[in-house]
Amino acid sequence: MQMSDLPDAKGHFGPYGGVFVAETLMAALDELKQEYEAARHDPDFLAEFHHELRHYVGRPSPIYHAKRWSEILGGAQIYLKREDLNHTGAHKINNTIGQALLARRMGKKRVIAETGAGQHGVASATVAARYGMECVVYMGAEDIKRQSPNVFRMKLLGATVVGVESGSKTLKDALNEAMRDWVTNVESTFYILGTAAGPHPYPMLVRDFQCVIGDECKVQMAEMLGRQPDAVIACVGGGSNAIGIFHPYIPVEGVRLIGVEAGGHGIASGQHAAPLSAGTPGVLHGFRSYLMQDANGQIIETHSVSAGLDYPGVGPEHSWLKDIGRAEYVAINDDEALAAFHNLCRFEGIIPALESSHALAHAAKIAPTMDKDQILLVNLSGRGDKDINTVARLSGIEL
Amino acid sequence: MSRIAATFSALKADQRKALIPFITAGDPAPANTVPLMHALVEGGADILELGVPFSDPMADGPTIQRASERALKHGVGLRDVLGMVAEFRKTNTQTPVVLMGYANPIEAMGWDAFCGAAAAAGVDGVLTVDYPPEESGEFAAKCAAAGLDNIYLLAPTTPAARVDAVARHARGFIYYVSLKGVTGAATIDMSEVAARLPAIHAATGLPVGVGFGIRDAETARQVAEVADAVVIGSRIVQEIEQSTPETMLANVKTFVAGVRAALDK
Repeated sequence: MQMSDLPDAKGHFGPYGGVFVAETLMAALDELKQEYEAARHDPDFLAEFHHELRHYVGRPSPIYHAKRWSEILGGAQIYLKREDLNHTGAHKINNTIGQALLARRMGKKRVIAETGAGQHGVASATVAARYGMECVVYMGAEDIKRQSPNVFRMKLLGATVVGVESGSKTLKDALNEAMRDWVTNVESTFYILGTAAGPHPYPMLVRDFQCVIGDECKVQMAEMLGRQPDAVIACVGGGSNAIGIFHPYIPVEGVRLIGVEAGGHGIASGQHAAPLSAGTPGVLHGFRSYLMQDANGQIIETHSVSAGLDYPGVGPEHSWLKDIGRAEYVAINDDEALAAFHNLCRFEGIIPALESSHALAHAAKIAPTMDKDQILLVNLSGRGDKDINTVARLSGIEL
Repeated sequence: MSRIAATFSALKADQRKALIPFITAGDPAPANTVPLMHALVEGGADILELGVPFSDPMADGPTIQRASERALKHGVGLRDVLGMVAEFRKTNTQTPVVLMGYANPIEAMGWDAFCGAAAAAGVDGVLTVDYPPEESGEFAAKCAAAGLDNIYLLAPTTPAARVDAVARHARGFIYYVSLKGVTGAATIDMSEVAARLPAIHAATGLPVGVGFGIRDAETARQVAEVADAVVIGSRIVQEIEQSTPETMLANVKTFVAGVRAALDK
């Protein structure tokens, strides 16, 4: 079986993925699976999806040679896939358009979403406004505090933002609460899951919608440079931007795939969000994958400076790519990510999201060890305007 | 015959319905659990459902979420829960105990270790909310080999064809979730339950229990008219939550006795 044939019919990527949900949701997931199967072979659906990506999102997003920063680093050439230039400022919109079109196809008038950094919440609120749907976004109370501009954005777009006070009050708890809403309103409601995780078919369909990133890169790199990169680097929280750029490159020999997890205060400190680097397999949120858990199988609290990476699990396809060795996963600490954030601002005039700054930091770490004619392609998955309050606070500045 | 089958068979002979109360192990503190289990039995429980605390109880409403959080503050894990069952079994060898919880604590312990330890502790059944039959074939086989009944859920959203498929895998009894929602949510829709149960009974020879949204003795009595067992969870957890350590056992026993009396009317 080719790797790109995964998941299998039951949603498994090797031992990972699957459908680990309460009985009440089984029928809804089955319906979604069948509807998606029909949609992805429907030329009209695909044409509308790509029309929206072009005219509403502004795709294709450019690839930019970060020449000055590359020269300063003195090694490999760093190219940036500019997902930050998408409408709403991140890669998240690629997926929410796809899922909103599915929701419309299924006759669902109400959509719900979970969000960490708020980017997926904004992207969901945006498409709900665009297609005339009611939208409820669940967000951890802790994240609401650190991402207030995105909370206001969602409200401007007409969404209801519900603060989640349970557990660690971050992304995982928002996901629990969205699942509870879905189980209660399953017949009227479409759950727009924000990352390539959750029960099957979500990891597959989110990946497929995000693959536009990697598909474009392959064409753009060939056009610009006549070759593909030596390595593709992307940050991994749930892992949707990473799988979107990795997946089309899986069969391409000679291209390393490097996922960068949130190392927080350092792996040794235990305060991080790096399940692939320091976790063990388990079941959470409807799928089996690497998780951050204690010896009793309780999910442990994660830490990252970036709310979007602050998640104890990871999409099942990444767990599979790790186990078979097709992708490598590393961790970047908060301070390294912040340094890369500032460097991209100062040397290239681009304010990156703190999430994407983890991928940038790893590129900056390995570029000097490489030759000047080697190429690193970094997925700049989002812009950092939403993070200026966090960065100011860390710099001791009151805005 | 398993303890669960023996219990249902004895009840059937008496033309009585099973009362299955739920508490979360370790709530509000580990020392309370075994006395609470005995109090439930004294109040008239036929089978006990013991919740295994989990950090991310996706199918539970706020009441049982809080119970899980209280237990987790004391660090109660799956092995501790099995210890409580073993303690309970020292003085009660009759009443079946069903563990209800989520997959990950079992995954972390390992299927073989769990099945062996659970059977040794005197557990009779296992209901794992996020292990549907599609994902639990191997686990279910290990449970069966250890003499544990794997109990599955059916829901209002379960299509007819799937009812048959799930019923084929089920052992012990079938747990019908009475509403679309989380535990302790809105009140039960009796007409919906009454409409669904005949098809479920037709698909299985096993007893059928109904739970989620049963909050008082009168509702329990109505459910018992169409079901073989009534499961009450959040309402009992609420009783524990609102009691002091001194009044807890008596309050829980009184509540369960009230439901028992209504069922036996």
